[in-house]
Amino acid sequence: MAIEVRNVSKAFGDFQALGDVSVVVPDGSLTALLGPSGGGKSTLLRVIAGLETADAGEVLFDGEPVTGVPPQHRDVGFVFQHYAAFKHMTVRDNVAFGLKIRKRPKDEIATRVDELLKLVHLDGFAGRYPAQLSGGQRQRMALARALAVEPKVLLLDEPFGALDAKVRKELRDWLRRLHDEVHVTTVFVTHDQEEALEVAEQIVVINEGRIEQAGSPDELYESPATPFVMGFVGPVSQLGDQYVRPHDIDIHLEPVDGGLQAQIEHVARVGFEARVELHLADGAPVSVLVTRQQAAEQELEAGQIVWLRAHRFHAFAEGELASA
Amino acid sequence: MHVDASGRHSQPVGDSRAARLTLRAIALGYLALLLALPVGMVFYNTFADGFAAAWESVTTPEAQHAFWLTIVMVAIAVPLNTLFGITAALALVRGNWRGKTIVGAIIDIPFAVSPVVVGLALILVYGRQGWFGEWLTDHGVQVIFSIPGMVMATIFVSLPFVVREVVPVLREIGVEQEQAAQTLGASPSQIFWRITLPAIRWGVAYGVILTTARALGEYGAVAVVSGKIVGETQTLTLHVEEQYQQFDLTGAYAASVVLALIALFVILSMNLLDRRKESS
Amino acid sequence: MSALPRPAAIVVARPAIAGALATAYLSLIVLIPLAAVVVESSVDGWAGFWDAITAPQAVAALRFTVIASSIVVAINVVTGTIIAWVLVRDDFPGKRTVNAIIDLPFALPTIVAGLTLLALYGPKGPAPFDIGFTRVAVLAALLFVTLPFVVRSVQPVLMELDREMEEAAQSLGAGGFTVFRKVILPTLLPAIASGAGLGFARALGEFGSVVLISGNIPFKTEVASVFLFGQIESNNTRGAAAVSVVLLLVSFALLLVVSWIGTRTDRHAR
Repeated sequence: MAIEVRNVSKAFGDFQALGDVSVVVPDGSLTALLGPSGGGKSTLLRVIAGLETADAGEVLFDGEPVTGVPPQHRDVGFVFQHYAAFKHMTVRDNVAFGLKIRKRPKDEIATRVDELLKLVHLDGFAGRYPAQLSGGQRQRMALARALAVEPKVLLLDEPFGALDAKVRKELRDWLRRLHDEVHVTTVFVTHDQEEALEVAEQIVVINEGRIEQAGSPDELYESPATPFVMGFVGPVSQLGDQYVRPHDIDIHLEPVDGGLQAQIEHVARVGFEARVELHLADGAPVSVLVTRQQAAEQELEAGQIVWLRAHRFHAFAEGELASA
Repeated sequence: MHVDASGRHSQPVGDSRAARLTLRAIALGYLALLLALPVGMVFYNTFADGFAAAWESVTTPEAQHAFWLTIVMVAIAVPLNTLFGITAALALVRGNWRGKTIVGAIIDIPFAVSPVVVGLALILVYGRQGWFGEWLTDHGVQVIFSIPGMVMATIFVSLPFVVREVVPVLREIGVEQEQAAQTLGASPSQIFWRITLPAIRWGVAYGVILTTARALGEYGAVAVVSGKIVGETQTLTLHVEEQYQQFDLTGAYAASVVLALIALFVILSMNLLDRRKESS
Repeated sequence: MSALPRPAAIVVARPAIAGALATAYLSLIVLIPLAAVVVESSVDGWAGFWDAITAPQAVAALRFTVIASSIVVAINVVTGTIIAWVLVRDDFPGKRTVNAIIDLPFALPTIVAGLTLLALYGPKGPAPFDIGFTRVAVLAALLFVTLPFVVRSVQPVLMELDREMEEAAQSLGAGGFTVFRKVILPTLLPAIASGAGLGFARALGEFGSVVLISGNIPFKTEVASVFLFGQIESNNTRGAAAVSVVLLLVSFALLLVVSWIGTRTDRHAR
């Protein structure tokens, strides 16, 4: 099911969480809402689910406005950041909850729950209570519970935020594969750009209640619409008014046309790469990423004076994009 | 072990053996003199003339009537206060309505009011000369010196317990489980019965026990509004006082023992629930 | 869909209606009756109110109640803290039982509490002294019913008290009593104060436990609530209402102080 958000605004008291936001989520896509904490991405997700009411604007499911439709009747599966496990129910009863509410026949429920538990690798844990599960297991239970009612949309709020790094990585890959299997339109909220770039097909960058840019991971990385997006999806250095990725800067040992003079402060060799920290004549710091081999050939070392020139950069003039 | 400035060995506070034993002796001695021995004495006095005499004195018609009336008080006051408690707690924690702050602040008032003042207050409103007295008399309802007034007094003094126990539990569980149920299609009443109530059940149970204990044991407020009519408006606590005044000490002690056993049962249940709450 | 929502649904989905219902119940049982007391006390104007609360018997009862409650609270502060300390830091067989017994005064009907003290320390009791119908008897009854307040308020704070803080103080050279005075006591103080405040409010209004053991001798062992009871029985509701208002004001002031201590400590902890 396709989701369209049209001109949605939402304020909590004096705080403007969303200001005139419009987004389109294509049917069957895997979309990430990416942005810093407090930027409004969770609020947008909750407005889509109907858990929050927008002050203005509307949400459409497959072209139909759903404003005023309570969450019960929106056919969305929602996975909460802290799982919202029903603590007094076993894993089986948690997953079966939505089906019992829909008064499905008992044997159908049993079969479906078994299927889902297998899908999320929790077969064998059916009789346990949430308190007896690890964080990752609880998260997968919450996913199974949301999927049980065959929602038209799956919404996940910081799904891996509360997990440790290793489990997070596993669950990321797993969510990607799950989406390939189940093909339900999925929207997830994250503040981790690596997570968004790795998992999502489409990324919507939200900051201070506004959409900065929406596009594929490649588009966002290669053609960022704003300095904010550029800085948020990857490391960035600034040469005058040029925004440059550290690996797009060339180091010259002699003055070059359009090159800026800089002094090396420190050279750190990390594996295949060498990170060179410099400062420009006006004192502004710059990071440059070169290969280890290049660093050796140029004999780069602290104190050395060099000239920097970007072979690829972005310049942003009042929100306009001008790439070279 | 640390060495302090003067070179003496110091030990963790209260771990000095002498200090610890002294404190323990003071605490236990105080509790024995104030609580254990007096309560034990009542048990001893009750059965001093044998079990039969004690049994006889708590099975007189007056005593039986007092038992029955106490049960009536509990049977009305506890369910009403439980309903009120859950409703008020949800409204206070989840709602955002005008007057919420004030209601939250005054809900504990019954704990700060002398039972005698409770009785007086009810007389002034529901008594024959009270604010609603005329209307009630016209409709043939007698509240004061009758069972309805005693029920109201009982409700008054035991009113805040459930609210107080449920509010912190509701705060702790948050709204996410309820919202999850919502997205899974549950209606508001399904959410209440399947999610909210099971999540707060130990808090409710604790509150109900405290309410019951207070309702069973209230004396002052009920005494003021009951008119103390033997065999009619006498609850178990009033019966204890009556028997004492009539120099039927065995009767007073025996009824006290019944009430004390209930109190011990209450404490036992509270402890079991404490462990339940910790483990969940 | 437009049918009346079910009761459980109101409670969950319509907090404002639930709030209105709760307020109505609270009003019928608590607020209107208490308002009636205030109104009744003011029927004869300020002069009538003043006369009622300055009647010699009323003054004597109020004065004795306040003095007795103060003494009781002072004793509670010491014994309550010691008991809480022993229950948290000490270990001995039967500790669980002792801990459970602390709640007995909350669970035991007050009239029974009075009777138990009378059974042991009264005229026919086996104790070597007889406190029946004396001021000491009133103190004993009040101590009995207010016992749990300080203990139950200090205990959780003591349990969470950071042992490292004490050890740090000791490593800096502080002796046992110094650590208690300078490190532990300041942390416990808000809890002690709020327990004391609640106990004081309870003692001010106490009736059931006092009524048998005190003998209710005017100008001697008569406490405020017993005085009120007598006034109500002799149909002087106006005078009773005036004295009630005094009691109510003091109790509410105490509750306010206790909740103020509570919010202040919460802020401190963050």
